[in-house]
Amino acid sequence: MNSSREQILSRVNAALAPLAQRAALPDWDREMVILRQAQGLTDAWPLFAERMKAVNGTPLTSVAELVALLEKNNWKHGYCDPALWPSLAAAFPAGFTVETTYDRTRLDDYSFGITAAAGAIAETGTLVISDRGTSSRLGALAPWVHIVVLRRNQIYHDIPAAIAALPQDPNVIWITGPSKTADVEGILIEGVHGPGKQIALLVD
Amino acid sequence: MATQLIDQFAKNLAADTQAAVYDGSKKGHEKRTKLLFDTYADPNRLRELAGEIKQHVIENLDTFLPAVEAKLQSNGVKVHWASSAEDACAAVLGIMQARGDKKIVKSKTMVSEEIELEHYLDKHGIETLETDLGEFIVQIDHDHPSHIVKPIIHKNRREIAKSFEREGLGAYNDDPETITRRARQFLRHKYLAADVALTGANFVSVESGRMVIVTNEGNSRFCLAGTKCHIALIGIEKLVPHDRDLGLLLNLLGRSATAQQLTVYTEFISGPKSAGQPDGPEEMHVVFVDNGRTDVLASECKEILRCIRCGACLNVCPVYRQASGHAYRSVYPGPVGAVLSPLLAGKKFPELADLPKASSLCGACNEVCPVNIPIPDLLLRLREKGKREGAKLAAAGTPPMGAWSLLASQPAAWKTALFGGKIINYLPTKWLPIPPLRAWEAKRTLPEWKGGEFRSWFRNRKVGAVAPNRPDRKPESKEGR
Repeated sequence: MNSSREQILSRVNAALAPLAQRAALPDWDREMVILRQAQGLTDAWPLFAERMKAVNGTPLTSVAELVALLEKNNWKHGYCDPALWPSLAAAFPAGFTVETTYDRTRLDDYSFGITAAAGAIAETGTLVISDRGTSSRLGALAPWVHIVVLRRNQIYHDIPAAIAALPQDPNVIWITGPSKTADVEGILIEGVHGPGKQIALLVD
Repeated sequence: MATQLIDQFAKNLAADTQAAVYDGSKKGHEKRTKLLFDTYADPNRLRELAGEIKQHVIENLDTFLPAVEAKLQSNGVKVHWASSAEDACAAVLGIMQARGDKKIVKSKTMVSEEIELEHYLDKHGIETLETDLGEFIVQIDHDHPSHIVKPIIHKNRREIAKSFEREGLGAYNDDPETITRRARQFLRHKYLAADVALTGANFVSVESGRMVIVTNEGNSRFCLAGTKCHIALIGIEKLVPHDRDLGLLLNLLGRSATAQQLTVYTEFISGPKSAGQPDGPEEMHVVFVDNGRTDVLASECKEILRCIRCGACLNVCPVYRQASGHAYRSVYPGPVGAVLSPLLAGKKFPELADLPKASSLCGACNEVCPVNIPIPDLLLRLREKGKREGAKLAAAGTPPMGAWSLLASQPAAWKTALFGGKIINYLPTKWLPIPPLRAWEAKRTLPEWKGGEFRSWFRNRKVGAVAPNRPDRKPESKEGR
């Protein structure tokens, strides 16, 4: 392995040696990569909600709305981050089974998973989750419905801001809409390996 | 005159495959154009910038590679280096054997295709399962991907339904939604039973050691939630200097590949899972792979190392649309493949020396490229290389020019030929000596042969002679024959 390392680096050196001058790193303005609509926002939630809908995500502003949606579709068995459940439990009526430990041997039992946001991005309708802030990677991924609990002050306006604020965390995931594919004849199908329904729940 | 291999492929392509590839690539291109130009004031400048950043990276790999290695190590990642395909395969096997692992779930990595990893691991008793829907279908069919981003663009739903039936994934049903659900159900239990998640990476930030993986389906997330060990195969050119550069590149990648603002899942991975997290890898390895890249870096085509594998040049290419991906006979099809594949082939360059000719040099690939690679220029440089090295395939499809060059280099012979050519005006055209010309003439009338007329016109424009059409301008030529 080590010999490969030396070999690669010496080949790189040899390849670059004849260059009289190396290409410089260009300077650029972050405004260039920001959507026009995302500039000069005061409240980022309306744009976030609009952009999230545009990628077939579901932004909700009350727990009651969430419960109604779950009941309507008969999604009654789920997983919830143990830190979030105490504040949500009261809104869930009898008939729901919500576990706060995700059991990976019963992957197919859970129809929804509720976990916490580490942020969101308004210009793209993106939810941000982090490894330290997510109680179970599988609980946020395997169920058909994934609900991310978000506070208004967690929403970044644009991608450059979200990158500048990337948390010190081994695994940060940006989620922009439900899991999807167009592999079969270019036809869009949602819910491939991950959630078929992606929900953002605003809690303030 | 032999036709080019790629033309033969295009000719033998089934009509519905050709239509699928044509429509799929065309649609992809149109959506991309709309999205880019609707939302940004100056999308072209974005491409140029991204190109400049990537060019800076490849011209500074000597400092960036050791720097990113140190950063990754300080993040708790084990770094390996592989100068050849064999080394890369052996590195993966070594990691797995040391852990006693047997099963891999794989998210899309083009490098693994390049090094033919699956075949190698199979010989050593290790099972590899593709989890991207398209790649999974390619795998069960023992086929090859025909597009970088849409691997089964060449297949229709009926073929896929038959394959699923054959593999015991349910009775024949060609509804795309049913196909997707069946794959979902089958694969989700496989992630949990596997030992290792194998992925590629779209970018690695030198500044932070963060690796970025994008997928739409969520398969890479599942790989990294189900298994205990993560191995990432990464080409040495995948670096970006700073995290902020990702804002530009992710933007361009999603738009160029699938006309999305952002790909559904963008993962920033910088190490094994956090301590309190119940799911995911406790061990993480990065294998930096050369496999010909340093030769490309030393070549006159190093710009191709900017490529971020978005597939936009495939979608826009008139040759790709007609010929489909398999015609390129290598891992990377389309315009990028026509440059990269012969270069990565190393000693086998002559076998792919025809690919740089599979282009009309229309320039569309350069216009859409998110990192502004001058693909037509690179194709020309490779045509030259093929010629210089006398590669037989580089000459296929070229009209025989020997007689012409003999004539053109001898003025007396040329003049005689111009005069002698008049004979063609008196010959029946079915006697024309050149078959393509004869075919052309069958439907049209050949203009009268006027060999030598330009020369006499030119002679009359000698200094002092009156230029009949432009009395306002003095003749510039001082010589004439």
